[in-house]
Amino acid sequence: MQTAMNAHKREHISTFSRQRRRETLVGYSFVTPAVLLLIFFLVLPFLLAVVFGFTKFNLLRPDKIHFTGFDNYKLLFTDGLFYKSLWNTLYFTIIVVPVQSGVALMLALLVNNSLKLRNVFRIAYFSPVVTSMTVIAILWISLYNPNEGLINSALHFFGISNQPFLRSSSQAMNSIIFMSVWQAAGYQMMIFLAGLQGISKDLYEASSIDGANKLQQLRYITIPSLYNVTVFVLTITTIQAVKLFVQPYIMTNGGPENSTRTLALLIYQQGFQFRNAGYASAISVIFFLIVVLISFSMKKFLRDK
Amino acid sequence: MRNTRTKLLLYVLNFIMSLLFIIPLLWMIVSSLKPENQIFADLSSLKSLLPLHITLDNYRSAFERIPMLKYLFNSIFYVSVICISGLGVNSICGYALAKLRFRGSEFILVSIIALMIVPFESILMPLYLVVNALHWVNTWFALIVPFIANCFSIFMFRQFFMDIPNEILESASIDGSGPLKTFASIVVPLSGPVFATVFILDFISHWGDFMWPILVTTGESLRNIQLGIQTFFTLPPIFYGQIMATLTFTTVPIIVLFLLLQKYYVQGITSAGIKG
Repeated sequence: MQTAMNAHKREHISTFSRQRRRETLVGYSFVTPAVLLLIFFLVLPFLLAVVFGFTKFNLLRPDKIHFTGFDNYKLLFTDGLFYKSLWNTLYFTIIVVPVQSGVALMLALLVNNSLKLRNVFRIAYFSPVVTSMTVIAILWISLYNPNEGLINSALHFFGISNQPFLRSSSQAMNSIIFMSVWQAAGYQMMIFLAGLQGISKDLYEASSIDGANKLQQLRYITIPSLYNVTVFVLTITTIQAVKLFVQPYIMTNGGPENSTRTLALLIYQQGFQFRNAGYASAISVIFFLIVVLISFSMKKFLRDK
Repeated sequence: MRNTRTKLLLYVLNFIMSLLFIIPLLWMIVSSLKPENQIFADLSSLKSLLPLHITLDNYRSAFERIPMLKYLFNSIFYVSVICISGLGVNSICGYALAKLRFRGSEFILVSIIALMIVPFESILMPLYLVVNALHWVNTWFALIVPFIANCFSIFMFRQFFMDIPNEILESASIDGSGPLKTFASIVVPLSGPVFATVFILDFISHWGDFMWPILVTTGESLRNIQLGIQTFFTLPPIFYGQIMATLTFTTVPIIVLFLLLQKYYVQGITSAGIKG
């Protein structure tokens, strides 16, 4: 009896382990294509960026590579253009994140209701999101045209004189900010909208029985309920914002007077225009660290609050 | 009474805001249909938003100046190949991470989540060197292969597959169906929405590709539509009507795709938001 049970158990264990082995084999073969691709085109380049940061070489001559220790980083921290680009990147981020999220939340509140045309409004707010940034950048160069642009014509209507927008070092970055908010607010609106629709209607009913008005409901029900969604929106917007590249690349090429040169643009220019591959890698590493720092600190900061 | 007043206020606010969001695009489309001199003549009045002198001349002359259809074809081709092969590679990876137990799967999952944070800009240079070492510069491989595997897509698939009950999968395997067959005949048919969602998110993001194609394409033959319109914009003589025509022409396919698959695109964005 005892031995029979043991035999049965052994057999069970052995089919179990055979199945386990088979599952392992299948598992590996299923993840292999993706994992190999990620190793070659994401992990390897990432590690190379870290290594290249300690070297000096021309992009076109990767065979003539010299290790130079921390020289690139020393140079970086004395490079005025690096600091300028860092500042521009931070300035863009600091302004765009709250403004865009605020506009998005307002839009979400505007279309979260039973209006008959709400879907039309939603699509209107969302249409710039699906339009590519290249198209938008070129379109807005025309809109911002100092002499014959649509925006100056509109300002003229209100009695405001022509503005230089992208041609002025004091207005160029703000012009890019305005356009970026216009382009992407619809995206965040959708996320806020999903959050709003997840709030239980009972909360609103109960509070209106208690005599709360719309503003109090917004303050005491809506805003607190959106906490997690807001954390998410702020985090992704920040990470998107520090990557600012296409807008200045197409619209201003970093000018006037470096006022729109960003870190991503600097990496591109150092690496591919001046072919300083090592120096560009060092900037890439700093750039990566900034992104990591932001995503971790956002989470922590917002959780502590 | 108070309700109608709120409604009216909402309508007015929504109407004003939608105008702000739609006017630039409307102006782009309307201007593309006007003779060049009319665009500027109308600029200071409401007529700038009304298609009063419709002509297709801008489209005709823009198409004569640059190979727009070729660019469009290039974009559709390489973006489709990325997305479709991506669906295969990322879905089976996500499936293995969701439903199969094997040594190292936890580590792979955590690594994939961690890798989501690596910004493309910070690997741009070394990735170029990798692609260059493979002699892929100015080939389709450079535009396609590095982007097939996608951490975010794998993660989306994994989250979706987690919710499929194990009983269904077990009963299929008791019936003697191999793992790949179980996946293809049971899991895939159940997962239409997640496939559509991943496809359209990926498609729209690669449709806008700009920085990478500049680096890895040297001639016209592989250029995508984003590079096409950017080149056109810098190509003198500059005619606004023609530029607006190319912009409109680039935007229309993606808006059609969006309207067709709108539900999934929005689902993708919002599910990411709620899970995040």
